[in-house]
This record gives sequence, C-alpha cells and structure tokens, in this order.
Amino acid sequence: MTEILNALALFSNFVLVPAIAYGSQLALGALGVTLVFGILRFSNFAHGDTMAFGTMLVILVTWWFQSLGLSLGPLPTALLALPFGIAGCAAFVLLSDRLVYKYYRKKKADPIIYLIASVGVMFVTNGVVRFIIGPDDQNFADGERFIIKARDFKTMTGLSEGISIKVSQGLTVVTMIIVVAALFWFLNKTRTGKSMRAYSDNEDLALLSGINPDKVVAVTWILAAALATIAGTLYGLDKSFKPFTYFQLLLPIFASAIVGGLGNPLGAIAGAFVIAFSEIMITYAYKRFAGYILPEDWVSGGLLQLLSTDYKFAVSFIILLLVLLFRPTGIFKGTGV
Amino acid sequence: MKKLAISSAVALTLTTAASSAMAEDIKLGVFLGLTGPIESLVANMAPAAEQAIAEVSESGKLLDGSTVTAVRADTTCVDAAAATAAIERLITSDKVSGVVGGDCSGVTTAALTNVALPNGMVMISPSATSPALSTVEDNGLFFRTAPSDARQGVVMTEIISDKGYKEVALTYTNNDYGKGLADAFQTAFEAAGGTVTISAAHEDGKADYSAEVGALASAGGELLVVAGYIDQGGKGIIQGALDTGAFDTFVLPDGMVGDALPEAIGPDLNGSFGQAPGTDSPGAGKLVEMASGYDATSPFAAESYDAAALIMLAMQAAGSSDAGKYKDKVMDVANAPGEKILPGELAKGLEILASGGEIDYVGASNVELIGAGESAGNYREIEIKDGALSTVGYR
Repeated sequence: MTEILNALALFSNFVLVPAIAYGSQLALGALGVTLVFGILRFSNFAHGDTMAFGTMLVILVTWWFQSLGLSLGPLPTALLALPFGIAGCAAFVLLSDRLVYKYYRKKKADPIIYLIASVGVMFVTNGVVRFIIGPDDQNFADGERFIIKARDFKTMTGLSEGISIKVSQGLTVVTMIIVVAALFWFLNKTRTGKSMRAYSDNEDLALLSGINPDKVVAVTWILAAALATIAGTLYGLDKSFKPFTYFQLLLPIFASAIVGGLGNPLGAIAGAFVIAFSEIMITYAYKRFAGYILPEDWVSGGLLQLLSTDYKFAVSFIILLLVLLFRPTGIFKGTGV
Repeated sequence: MKKLAISSAVALTLTTAASSAMAEDIKLGVFLGLTGPIESLVANMAPAAEQAIAEVSESGKLLDGSTVTAVRADTTCVDAAAATAAIERLITSDKVSGVVGGDCSGVTTAALTNVALPNGMVMISPSATSPALSTVEDNGLFFRTAPSDARQGVVMTEIISDKGYKEVALTYTNNDYGKGLADAFQTAFEAAGGTVTISAAHEDGKADYSAEVGALASAGGELLVVAGYIDQGGKGIIQGALDTGAFDTFVLPDGMVGDALPEAIGPDLNGSFGQAPGTDSPGAGKLVEMASGYDATSPFAAESYDAAALIMLAMQAAGSSDAGKYKDKVMDVANAPGEKILPGELAKGLEILASGGEIDYVGASNVELIGAGESAGNYREIEIKDGALSTVGYR
C-alpha cells in the first residue's frame, strides 16, 4: 500500500503539480489569444510580449511597493501591484490598437494582414520591454515560498517520497479558476459580454441591431490585456521573469488555443491542459515510479523516458500538427484555422 | 643607381627598425563575455587582465619603452557569430598584437579557427576548458592558462569519492563546455568505481526546468553534479531540484562557482561543494593584495592576469610584438628553467628577458604549460557554508 502511495506522491510532485500550474498559466494566455481571434478575427502574435509588458509594469510597481514597505504577508506583493499592471497594459494595448489595428479595421483588411501587423507590434513591444527593464532575469517574488515542503510532507506522512507545492503554484490555480469564472460570467450574463458574442458570431447582424463596434473592440482589448498581465505575472512568480522566455511562450499558447479550437474559450482551457500534461508526461522519466508499482524483477536499468526533455517544445509542435491535420477545428468546435 | 641605393637603404632601416622594435603603442585584445551567461565572472576577469597590461605599460620596460593598451571585445560566451565578428574587429580594425581570450569553449573554438588562425594571431584563453581544445589545429597560436576539463573531471571525482559518495546524477549545459566536462567527469568517475545514474543536457535561458529536474530525480543519486552556468540554467536546475526536494546536495564545477549562487539560492545550498581552478601559491595571494576594484579570488581572475602577462613576456623574449615571432616564446617564459616571476614582478621579468636571461613565469595561478600549451591544472576545493563560498583546500 505504501508503495502505491509513494508512487502517487512521486507522480504528483513531478508531474501533476507542475503540469496543473503550467496548464493554468497557458490557459490564461490562450484565453487572451482566443478572445482576440474570436472577436477581432486575427491571430495576435504580440500576445506573448503583451504578457511581458504587463508583467514588467507589475514588477516595477512591486518594487516600488516593496521600497515603501507594503506587503501582503505570506502572499506575494505582486498581487497588490496587479491592478496597476493591468491598467497600464490595457492603456498600452489600446494605444497600439489606435495606432496600428484601427487603420486596418477601417480598410477591412484580410486577417493575414492583421497577423503581419501584430508581428510588427510584437517586435516593438519586445524592444520597449527590453529597453525599460533589460533582457535579464528579474526576481520579484516575495512572501512565503511554499505551501508545503517536500521534507515536511515526508515527516508528516512517513512516506519516502515528498510532495512540495509552492505558494505561486497554488496561487496560479486559484487565480485561474476565479478569472475564468469571472470571464464566463461576463461573456454570458452581462450586456457588454452578450454584445461581444453577437459581434463575434455575426458582425453585420450585430451592427444592424445597434451594437457599438468601437466599444466591443475596446472591451476585448482590455480583457486581453488583463488576461495577459495576470498570466504573465503568475508565470513570472512561479518561474522567473525574462523577456525572451515570454516570447518563447507564444508557441505553447498558440498550440493550446488551436488544439482547443480557436475562438472557443472552453477549448482554450482544455487545450492548455492537454499541452501542459503532454509536454511534462512525455518527457518524464518513469524509472522510479515504475520501481514502486511494478514487481522488482520487471524493472530494467533504463530510465523509461519516452523523449528527452530537450524535445519539450517539439511535443507541442507535434500535437499542433496532428490536430491541424485531423481535426482543424480543434477539440471543441472552434472557428478553424 | 643612386635612387636604388637610397631606396634599399631606406628599406634596410625600415626592416631593422621593425626587428629591433622601437617603442610602439601595442594593443592587446581583452576578448571576454562582457555580456551573457558568465558575465558575473567576467566582471572580475577583464579587470585582472587589464591590471597586468597596465602594470607592464607603466613599467616602461617592454620592448624599449612601448606602451600597452587594452581593447575590450565581447564574446557573449554563447553566440559564435557575434564572437567571430568581435575578434575580427579586434584584429583588422583595432590592430591588436595579441588576444587575451576567449572565455567559453564554444566561442573560443569558433574565434580561433575562423579568425585567429587565418590571421596568425596569438590567443591565450584564461577560461576555455573544453578537452577538445587540446587537439584543435592551432599552428602553435593557441594557449590557455586554464586546465583542460579532462583534468577537472579527475579532480571532481577525487573530491566526491573522498566524501564517500558512490552514485550521482549529472546534468550539463548543452554546449562544448558542458558536454566536454560531463564526458570527462563521467569517464573518470566510472573508472573510479562510481555510478552516474543519468547524464542529461539542459538548455540555458529557459524559465522552467521542472521537466529536467523530474528526469534527474527519477534516475536518482546521492548528489547532483551541475556542469552549467551560474547565471543561467545551472541556477534554474538547482532551484528546481531544491523546490521539489529532488536533491539536497550539489556538486559545483568551475562555471557554477561564484558568490552570486549562494546569494540567489539562500541557505538551502549549504553543504554543496565543488571546485574551480585556483591555487594557494604565493602568487595568488599576491594578486589578491594587488587587486583593486575587483575580486581576484573569483574563478579565472588569476588566469586572466596570467594570460595577459604571458603574452607581454613572450613579446619581450622574442623582441617583437609580432604574433608570428613571439608565439614560440610563450612556452619558454611560462616554464622552467629561469627566475620565478610572481604577479607584481612583471617589470623584473621584462628586465631579465631584456638582458638575455631566462624566466619561469609562475604568476597568480601557478602557471605550468603542458602538452599543446595548456595549464597543468591547480584546483581550489570549495564548500558552501553559512550562505557563502569558503575554500577548504587545494588539489
């Protein structure tokens, strides 16, 4: 019995806990992408760098709060700075919409032109972030580090495998659930949310029934900026903040959104967990896990690892390709690509 | 006829002038990773090299009173194309007479084979430690005051075995340095009867190493050997391993030894140990006393001072700042026989050489060049105690 519990603890520590936290961060990012795609009808490549921009603002405000001596006790001060980051990021995104996307919207440009324009916005945002905060790692996490430490878990349960859960991981999951619930309530219950869905379903009919397109666009951008800032801050708290890694996050985020079905918020969440779990489960070495649950002479000397961890990003690529080949609309029916 | 006589006379004076080395302004390239994964080490390496250069220049004894100035260039440590462009600039535009550097093994190999070799430029690296550089084709132009990692692998094995550990997991940064050191260590450790449960690469510059740590933890082992970089993946792996409780004690080779690590990780790192090139010879202490504005005990700082000093002493021995001429003298000034020269005594060394004597440059890192021109290797054994690096011995 303890053997099985040990195996479960081991699996939770190295697969379940990191995958759930990573999946939640991807889900928040993918929701932003899918929202912009569903309502504004283009793939926003600047989303990763929008995350970096919002997180940068949060970090700057956090440092200011820390210097003032403000803190949230065991929780990171960054939570307190989050509203400021969201406001600043929303202003930045609205500015980029005014300067870049509005022009193309007026000309009724093809989605591919939007996409290319968003690549330009991506590079500019990336440059602005590096210019302001620099290309290096920034550490802004404070407060308690662990909800439970592996060593404490071991002494508590008497098992030989520990589970450690970081505050940032717990916070990520809780925040994700709250944000997703709030988003779905907003989209389904409020007047603005309903008008956004109407605009997404059929632009002409929505305009005919008197929906103000400028308002829909502005609200969409504000929501996208809020999601990006929250996702970026949680990722930065859990891992570390470095502008380049946010740029790299673009691939798994887009993979999540496409696997789930672009334009479908539920799909974005499902897709994010599919990507996170497959990245981690396929590159995990099951040697020790097998050692607990299988009879001793069944276990060979090998690591029982499907793919070396070097190929982590390749996993999201492969899933993306398979989905595009066999089910282009994604797991949940999205708009298709 | 008269014209011919004059022009040949002029030509003659020109050539004699060149060979008798009138006072000139010599430039030396300081070609280190001012940015990139080991920038916190280079912050102490570059000033050390520049101190040797200033010392010689101020003495006025090199080649009849020549002055020497340092020109910095950035290897970036990881970007071979950027490093190649930087050394190209040093040689063709700044017209340096010798290069102290590069630092990381990959960019050093690229700079050597692509630029230094075709241009006949001498490079003395203070910190490129890949075993592959021992056998690289260099026309006698490449030296290093750092030992090959083949030696570090043996020393690390001895340290681990002396502490009674038999089973370790191994992770390395995925480049020439990491792979070279990991292979050297694995060979040495297994020959000594130990077991390496896994040897897995990690990429630098990622935010999340939980997957890598998961694989390492599954393979198990009493210790985790991290052949990585202090400002990069190495730190991430250690943080991840501590967070998940996968490993408690880490072995830190030279790229991971620095004060930045215990500062970043905190008290959990106590008890981890490792080694970096270093010596307790009188020269090392002397450089620490002389050093102003940088930390001479930082890894490779002493080697950087020595690399710069060797170039200038070899120039004096050859009576020329021409790389093609002084390259053959580097081994002579570095090794016995001759008067032993320590840091701060460069002027004395230059005088002896000028009067035709012989010197054995000992320097700050106990320089003894063997084989194809690389340091025999002295290592400082370190341990993390109370959140700080402390030296426990020398090997």
